[in-house]
Amino acid sequence: MLAAQSTPDKEFEQLIVAFCCNWCSYAGADLAGTARRSYPANIKIIRVPCSCRVNPTFILRAFLRGADGVIIAGCHPGDCHYTSGNYFARRRMTLLMSMLSFLGVDKARLRVEWVSAAEGNKFAEVMTSFAETIKALGENVKLRDLRCKK
Amino acid sequence: MQKIGVFVCWCGSNIAATVDVARVAESVKSIPGVAFAADYRYMCSEGGQELMQKAIKDYGLSRVVVCSCSPRMHEATFRKAAQAAGLNPYLVEIANIREHCSWVHKDKEVATAKAIALAKAAIAKVKLNTPLVSGESAVVKRALVIGGGIAGLQTALDIAEAGYKVDIVEKTPSIGGKMSQLDKTFPTLDCSACILTPKMVEAATHENITIYTYSEIEKVSGYVGQFEAVIRKKARSVSVDRCSGCGICSEKCPSKKAKSEFDQGLRNRSAIYIPFAQAIPNVPVIDRENCLKFQTGKCGICAKVCPAGAIEYEQEDELVTQKYGAIVLATGFEPIDMAKFGEFNYEYCPDVITSLEFERLTNAAGPTQGHLVRLSDGKKPKSIVFVSCVGSRDTTERGKTYCSKICCMYNAKHAMLVKEKYPDIDVQVFYIDVRTPGKSFDEFYRRAVEEYGVQYTKGMVGKITEEGDHLLVHASDVASGAQLSVPADMVVLATAIKPAADARKLATMLTASIDTNDFFTEAHPKLRPVESPTAGIFLSGVCQGPKDIPETVAQAGAAAVKVLGLLSKDKLLTNPCVATCNEQTCSGCLACEKVCPYGAISAEYKLVNVKGLKERRLIAQVNEALCQGCGACTVACPSGAMDLKGFSNKQIMAEVDAIC
Repeated sequence: MLAAQSTPDKEFEQLIVAFCCNWCSYAGADLAGTARRSYPANIKIIRVPCSCRVNPTFILRAFLRGADGVIIAGCHPGDCHYTSGNYFARRRMTLLMSMLSFLGVDKARLRVEWVSAAEGNKFAEVMTSFAETIKALGENVKLRDLRCKK
Repeated sequence: MQKIGVFVCWCGSNIAATVDVARVAESVKSIPGVAFAADYRYMCSEGGQELMQKAIKDYGLSRVVVCSCSPRMHEATFRKAAQAAGLNPYLVEIANIREHCSWVHKDKEVATAKAIALAKAAIAKVKLNTPLVSGESAVVKRALVIGGGIAGLQTALDIAEAGYKVDIVEKTPSIGGKMSQLDKTFPTLDCSACILTPKMVEAATHENITIYTYSEIEKVSGYVGQFEAVIRKKARSVSVDRCSGCGICSEKCPSKKAKSEFDQGLRNRSAIYIPFAQAIPNVPVIDRENCLKFQTGKCGICAKVCPAGAIEYEQEDELVTQKYGAIVLATGFEPIDMAKFGEFNYEYCPDVITSLEFERLTNAAGPTQGHLVRLSDGKKPKSIVFVSCVGSRDTTERGKTYCSKICCMYNAKHAMLVKEKYPDIDVQVFYIDVRTPGKSFDEFYRRAVEEYGVQYTKGMVGKITEEGDHLLVHASDVASGAQLSVPADMVVLATAIKPAADARKLATMLTASIDTNDFFTEAHPKLRPVESPTAGIFLSGVCQGPKDIPETVAQAGAAAVKVLGLLSKDKLLTNPCVATCNEQTCSGCLACEKVCPYGAISAEYKLVNVKGLKERRLIAQVNEALCQGCGACTVACPSGAMDLKGFSNKQIMAEVDAIC
């Protein structure tokens, strides 16, 4: 079990999964790219049609598999391509955060952000700040399935 | 076993400079199921597509992954190429290694490692892709144009001329928009009304155009080809059919305290009014808030004097429901509110006016019959100062960061018009930059300086104060470094323009994207400038970004062409990535039905095969024509019976597993 944890002085390799809705935040990430707005490379984006497509089990799975942070990015409230999807996402993630706290996991490891298709800069800023938060929180040890590969 | 082909694009140096593409191709070869992997200079080129098609045939590929730019860019291209080689187009996945990788990371090692991770995720997903077939939906051969200014009129006329029905919905009592308020237009100095009113008449008399003035969009539902809009026709209190437009009612109306919207509040109007002489329809409307009949119950003069008996006090708002294949947004702009710009003394000083007010002041049909006078004392000014960039290119919170684009040109126009009519008036313009790109624009500006002697001073105006009967304009002169205090009898502020106030409400109603300034977002800033990212919604005029009249007309025509392309189709292919219910595991709880924003889920009793036994059960049913594929139901489903094609639980989970 000790072997699975990194030594405290060695900087750990963060792993962050970002679920981005196709219409706003994924496009915002594209715009960040077009505008060459850099953010940490340990953030990997998974495209979903809407933030409401993100099942809490996907997030728990990511944590079990060793992700240190998960971020859900969708359209701004009121601007959802599907009218109300981001509201569902917001409520579900609020519940999931309480559950994470209950499990003894800092709920800051899960973040919900609204990034529009026109906000490339914001996308990069949000991702950079989330990576910093995760860095400060350190490695996800609590939720990681220690039998998993890493 | 799947046979997966992986194609890694260099995108010239766009990807290859930061990602070791050969290493990406090499490293995925060992993944079970990958039968072919290669890198190529430009996958979207004909050569790249041929490479893919040849590999599909030669290696019998059953799945394809392209590691390239964003799927929002070329997913359709690669799906089409795969389809041409006999593969179902939905068996193709894209790994976005350009926008999400090579363009945002500088270190080649780091970027290559990320590109490999993204490729692996796409491979994991594509293994679980299933062939999908698009359905078909019909196209209603009618278009809706929201906004009856020059943009909306031009779009509607172009669509109508091609033979399709168009409805224009305009919120004010007349079509014409901002252009009808202008006096002259740059750079030709055409009279604005003279070139606009023929278009207004043409639209009003066109057999294919129906105009709803004094009307607003109440609700929009549906999707591309099949929108349904509810239009609220506000009560005009005057019968459009019976009214002859004689105007006796306005003349006799005793309530004359309301500010004329058309004349920017520089003149009062009666409670029953026609906004301007050339208004279409030429039928008055009763402004109920200012009408004595409606406020006190005692009056009714207009009904008594009307020779046609057209006054209808009892009229109520009417709701009209209509189906449309396409919707065009042409909601235009308005000047920003000057309340936050106290230093210009606009609110307290009648001789500090905005440019739109100046337009009305110089217009022969305006409140002063075109005589340029000070609003404070009615005297002719001896000197006028024009201030540009009031609220434009302003990075503080009260202003707009963008350039309003039209102000430099109308400043030159106003200065020139003043000098033309009254050569004795001194005219000075304060500016940050003079921006005059456009056909004959710079020549126009130079004419103002060289021919008419307008004095241009580079420098910002910090404050305007009153000094006796004139104004003092405190400004800096960048050339000399001096602080100036210029006396002026009148100051004209070139206020920034912003999208119409209801743009955000419409964006929400239509699920059309909007940017932080409330301008509607285009599907692609360069290649799809008149389409909204939401299918079937098109953009015309300033609602998309600041534009002058020629640009607005050009864009309005472009939007019309896009609408015609859509309306000329009889059938549209629908998105096959819709929800699907597993009847075996569905418990009929219908949690899915409650969260569906489209009402696409219904309950039905069905005979279901459960462990060899037929059982009659309540099952959730997805209407594929209504489902838009958001996936809200998949998460709400407690039994996991509801899934989304193209983004299934298994597929997304596989991506998570591949990344983590």
